[in-house]
Amino acid sequence: MNIRLNWVALKTIVTKEVLRVLRIWVQTIVPPAITMTLYFIIFGNLIGRRIGEMAGFDYMQYIAPGLIMMSVITNSYGNVVSSFFGAKFAGHVEEMIVSPMSNATIVIGHVAGGVIRGILVGIVVTIIALFFTDLTIVHPLITVSMVVLSSTVFALAGFINAIFAKKFDDISIIPTFVLTPLTYLGGVFYSIALLPELWQKVSLGNPILYMVNAFRFGILGVSDISISYAYAIVVLFVVGLFSACMYLLNRGYGIRE
Amino acid sequence: MHALSIKNLTKTYGNGAQALKGINLEVESGDFYALLGPNGAGKTTAIGIVSSLVNKTSGDVLVFGHSLDSDLAAAKSCIGLVPQEINLNLFDTVLNTVVNSAGYYGIERRLAMRRAEKYLGQLRLWDRRFDPSRSLSGGMKRRLMIARALVHEPKLLILDEPTAGVDIEIRRSMWDFLQETNAAGTTIILTTHYLEEAESLCRRIAIIDDGTIIEDARMSDVLRKLKGEVFVLSLDEPTTELPVLPGFETRVRDDGQIEVSVSEAHNINSLFAELNRQGVKVSSLRNKANRLEELFIRLVESKPRNSVVG
Repeated sequence: MNIRLNWVALKTIVTKEVLRVLRIWVQTIVPPAITMTLYFIIFGNLIGRRIGEMAGFDYMQYIAPGLIMMSVITNSYGNVVSSFFGAKFAGHVEEMIVSPMSNATIVIGHVAGGVIRGILVGIVVTIIALFFTDLTIVHPLITVSMVVLSSTVFALAGFINAIFAKKFDDISIIPTFVLTPLTYLGGVFYSIALLPELWQKVSLGNPILYMVNAFRFGILGVSDISISYAYAIVVLFVVGLFSACMYLLNRGYGIRE
Repeated sequence: MHALSIKNLTKTYGNGAQALKGINLEVESGDFYALLGPNGAGKTTAIGIVSSLVNKTSGDVLVFGHSLDSDLAAAKSCIGLVPQEINLNLFDTVLNTVVNSAGYYGIERRLAMRRAEKYLGQLRLWDRRFDPSRSLSGGMKRRLMIARALVHEPKLLILDEPTAGVDIEIRRSMWDFLQETNAAGTTIILTTHYLEEAESLCRRIAIIDDGTIIEDARMSDVLRKLKGEVFVLSLDEPTTELPVLPGFETRVRDDGQIEVSVSEAHNINSLFAELNRQGVKVSSLRNKANRLEELFIRLVESKPRNSVVG
């Protein structure tokens, strides 16, 4: 592999993706900011005051890491699925396919774009959260690494969705019917300790639970699950989904005849 | 060295359609090559395989000696592709379209900007560099795709019907540009439905029909196969009577012009000598049909169906 060529190509894709996010900031940055502000006002401020404490923190503090992670996950996913499917739909994905850059560069470039958007939105939501509650980061390294790994998982998942998608409807099915329910049931708004034992066990099958809890551990220092187990799960997902992306792209699924 | 060497290339699509039935093709470095064929003949499939957009079923493809199977990245680096369908990112600016494409080939931004200025200037798009490509006319979009394909300065430029839907003036200027590009050393493979375009530009021609190559020769040799040509003569005074022209097959048209078939055995001088002798004054003359078009139709119609020639 020509490393220099692929490095320049990677920089090109990432720059293109970031400029796209910034160019359409009204669609990419503003909506999650408004949605999360509403979450903080309604769930955190109005309803949260009646709920009281959870795991030793007031409810607003408790849900803030989950809401930040939720916005990171959905935006990482949404960025890659819309960008790569858009390129497929308009045909300019062919520019990349006919070029000598490796398929890994194509995947990493788009995933990096998704991660950067996820983190940008995460920073905006964190700033909004600070208007409503105090947040001090207990474990900075865990916080940063978990946000990067989690957004990578969902950026890769978005890439796979884009490969399989044949029409625009197909890129909203997974976020609507899979991603949103898993996020809501992934411990964003509650500790799984509140659930009956059976549902606690069921919840352990939800990968988002590990991401939200590990991220919450990074910020608040509390978690429902083991952090090392969370890392193992997330890294496993990164490796598995990246391998799936490479397999599909090498076969040309949905792209080459 | 061959710019492109295709050996026993086949392609069968998932629905069982056999688009290519074992074609062989060799394009010399520096050549200007026409690949012609009716719709669905297999031209775009062949180009798609060479440019890695279509998976082949079997066969070998070498681009400047680099195999698509064992040395794909090097083969891809040699190719610039202008596809049939407009496949631009319509939200990107003209300049970014070209510069980003250069980046995919490992060209650093500073050099890419210089190349973009060069090719967008040559293709008369530099003044529109900050406009989104969706704001360009159809002809401009096609020129932008050519600039994008050239920015990494490929040794082999493949154009799949580059002048489709482009007005005559722009088509002619694109022809000039392509001839200059070829003269500068770039090998060009062109598919087109404008046979006049192939005849004007290309030195070699392959005709593909039903997934097989039915002709592959120098353009001049192919045209020599024509047994004769039909000319339409406009007379000073339209006639309803057919002049008797020994040795020539003639016919009077409804508009009072006459059609004359000039066979290989005769030449046009003898036709005019005879018309002159009879006092018939001709105000203008034109070829009834494009010569290549005539030959193309003859070759395609005469080919037995479902046979493998390639």
